[in-house]
Amino acid sequence: MHELGVTENIVNIALAKAGEAQASKISQINLVIGEMSGFAPDCIQFYFDSLSRDTIAQGAVLHFELVPAQLRCRNCSTIFTPQDTLWSCPECRGQSVEISKGRELYMESMEVE
Amino acid sequence: MKKIEVIKNILEANETIANRNQQLLDKHKVFAINIMSAPGAGKTSLILQTLARLKSRLNAAVIEGDVASTVDAEKVQSEAKAVVQINTRNMPESCSLMAGMIESALNDMPLDNIDLMLIENVGNLICPSEFALGEHKRVVISSLPEGDDKPIKYPLIFIDADAVIINKMDLLPHVDFDIAAFRRSVAGLNPKAEIFQLSCKTSEGIEKWCSWVLEQAKTNAAKR
Repeated sequence: MHELGVTENIVNIALAKAGEAQASKISQINLVIGEMSGFAPDCIQFYFDSLSRDTIAQGAVLHFELVPAQLRCRNCSTIFTPQDTLWSCPECRGQSVEISKGRELYMESMEVE
Repeated sequence: MKKIEVIKNILEANETIANRNQQLLDKHKVFAINIMSAPGAGKTSLILQTLARLKSRLNAAVIEGDVASTVDAEKVQSEAKAVVQINTRNMPESCSLMAGMIESALNDMPLDNIDLMLIENVGNLICPSEFALGEHKRVVISSLPEGDDKPIKYPLIFIDADAVIINKMDLLPHVDFDIAAFRRSVAGLNPKAEIFQLSCKTSEGIEKWCSWVLEQAKTNAAKR
């Protein structure tokens, strides 16, 4: 839904880093995306194929490491994976929770030639 | 084949511009609120009510974000010191305002004559939560016809909100909206969020909301 701007950023970051490393081709881009981040890998791939055309990133493999959501109970500090849409703590049944993992969106590394 | 470490936030470009926007707003002592909700929850109505109450005390400007049309800008024009309409239809993202769009809008505004900037985001409960604009406070509106389960279905936008408004309270006798359950869901996700119950139609509860805006604007100005 809003992946075009994000994919532009990915291409820009990748080209800048490849330039710094004096690479002639980007073969793989490793991205870390949280399950809760609201960005869809398929969409990013779709835009990437078009935005990277005629650059050294054309044809690069996008590798997505998906980080599952992890919540922390504010009452008893239990860390748990949400099982359904009702985010209650499996230990104390408390419903006051915060997201401890799953909102990531960053480029971890690249493979270049 | 060589591996390069990158570790770079992909939203950084937007966040850099958002920080720049906030610095510009701070320099001119403008307090900015990003107002987000689903389409039809009452963003424009809340802005109109807020302008009507506060215009004798604050100089307010409005940035309207919509996919298309100038309908909202026309509605608020007579009440605000300045209005800029952003149409996102031809932008890289049409589903949300982004920091770069706000940067251009701020360039067109007489910031020295403005105390309060109300930013009406595109009607959407998903995308706007990802993009900082440079605002000082984030407000989410839920209205009774939408149902009381929105914090459970769209948690991120509620997690990041400074205030949550329950609008269209005048419809309570006609809809099945469990106010207590809604408040519990919001408090669970975000215990710090202020919750206001109001009706832009009857003006019930508007006073309390406007007092909060005034107080926040004052606290923010004192920090500069």
